[in-house]
Amino acid sequence: MIALDFTLRQGDFTLQICQRLDARVTALFGPSGAGKTTVLDAIAGLRTPASGSLVVGDRVLFDGRRGVNLPPQHRHVGYVAQDVALFPHMTVRRNVLYGRRPGQRLSLDAVARMLEIEPLLDRDVPQLSGGERQRVAIARALMSTPELLLLDEPLAAVDVERRRRILPYLERVRDELSVPIVYVTHDAAEVRQLAEWVVVLEQGQVVRSGSPDVV
Amino acid sequence: MDLWRITWFTLATAGLATLLMAFPGVLLAWLLARGRFRGRVLLETLVSLPLVMPPVATGLILLSLFAPLGPIGRLLGRAGVEIVFTWKAVVLAMAVMGLPLLVRTVRAGIDQVDRRYEAAASTLGAGPLRVFLTITLPLARPALLAGAVLGFARALGEFGATIMIAGSIPGSTRTLAVGIYSFAETGRDAEAAALVGVSAAIAFTALWFSNWLSSRPGVRG
Repeated sequence: MIALDFTLRQGDFTLQICQRLDARVTALFGPSGAGKTTVLDAIAGLRTPASGSLVVGDRVLFDGRRGVNLPPQHRHVGYVAQDVALFPHMTVRRNVLYGRRPGQRLSLDAVARMLEIEPLLDRDVPQLSGGERQRVAIARALMSTPELLLLDEPLAAVDVERRRRILPYLERVRDELSVPIVYVTHDAAEVRQLAEWVVVLEQGQVVRSGSPDVV
Repeated sequence: MDLWRITWFTLATAGLATLLMAFPGVLLAWLLARGRFRGRVLLETLVSLPLVMPPVATGLILLSLFAPLGPIGRLLGRAGVEIVFTWKAVVLAMAVMGLPLLVRTVRAGIDQVDRRYEAAASTLGAGPLRVFLTITLPLARPALLAGAVLGFARALGEFGATIMIAGSIPGSTRTLAVGIYSFAETGRDAEAAALVGVSAAIAFTALWFSNWLSSRPGVRG
């Protein structure tokens, strides 16, 4: 369960959201500038709302009234930003292992196999293609055993052909791990294929929400 | 004349000064680049002050602080450490005068590190110190090296603060820069000229190395 109820201001732009998300995969859908990425940044702790609260499962990540604001490193939220930001000075293996927590159940082998990045592990980041980077970034986020996975347009940087090849990996993450996913996109076809719930944003406001068929 | 002795002494004290300024310098650079606190501009101004103040004035301030009866000198004296007019004073003067260059160079390097990498590391569970040590510093490495070389080069040429707090004692505190002045003043022009030659060669090498470092492309994703 993810409960978002907050207001965030950025210059002239105001984002206001009040949503309870229970689906395995929720898509945030809308035109660019609607505030989709800002929602993810706020959940990850990279931007601070002006007021409201943010709850994932039974953990309060932010509560303006009680003065709770967990820093990103304590939120246990995996975030694959649009530019993926793989660490350029580390190999793929060191990238993927960067966020590993002691005593976690998920093994590197399992994650590498699921996302088919085993042959890439000893490569350097600059040698990777766009699609490979996406998969490595998803693996890196998963290895930190997050309680919630945020994906910002994971398929925007790759061409249509690769897009078709990456979607199954995301479906695997959805089906094999019990990590809820919140997923930003402006592609309706992706929403239909992956998401169980859609929140449509426009100019910082939620204009509709519901199952993909209805919306 | 002890040309080699003076050269070696200068290189050794400048090297020690670079080591001495490295830790506080990198810490200050980080605070200035990434910190958000009141008094940041004041701190930045204080750090850069030795760059624009007359070095002799900085030297006089250091002298009054570290003299046996000065506030810091008295504490050190109790521990049996004597600073002024010893080689330690040379290192101190060099470090204080070189620090601003180190801080400014490293700070510029940290400014260039894309914050997305730091943000990504923090969402992966890394606290500020781990982010700094594993992400920011390695990505700013060229600037780190360039800053150290610049600080070292500045230390090599230090004159004003050194002469105030360490003097020009042959075989004890005489560096290249101070030696040039002392020789020229006493009419030993040939010896002064030899030291000028050595200084120029070292300065050229250090600067060239620094420029080479900063012209190398950094790691890019």
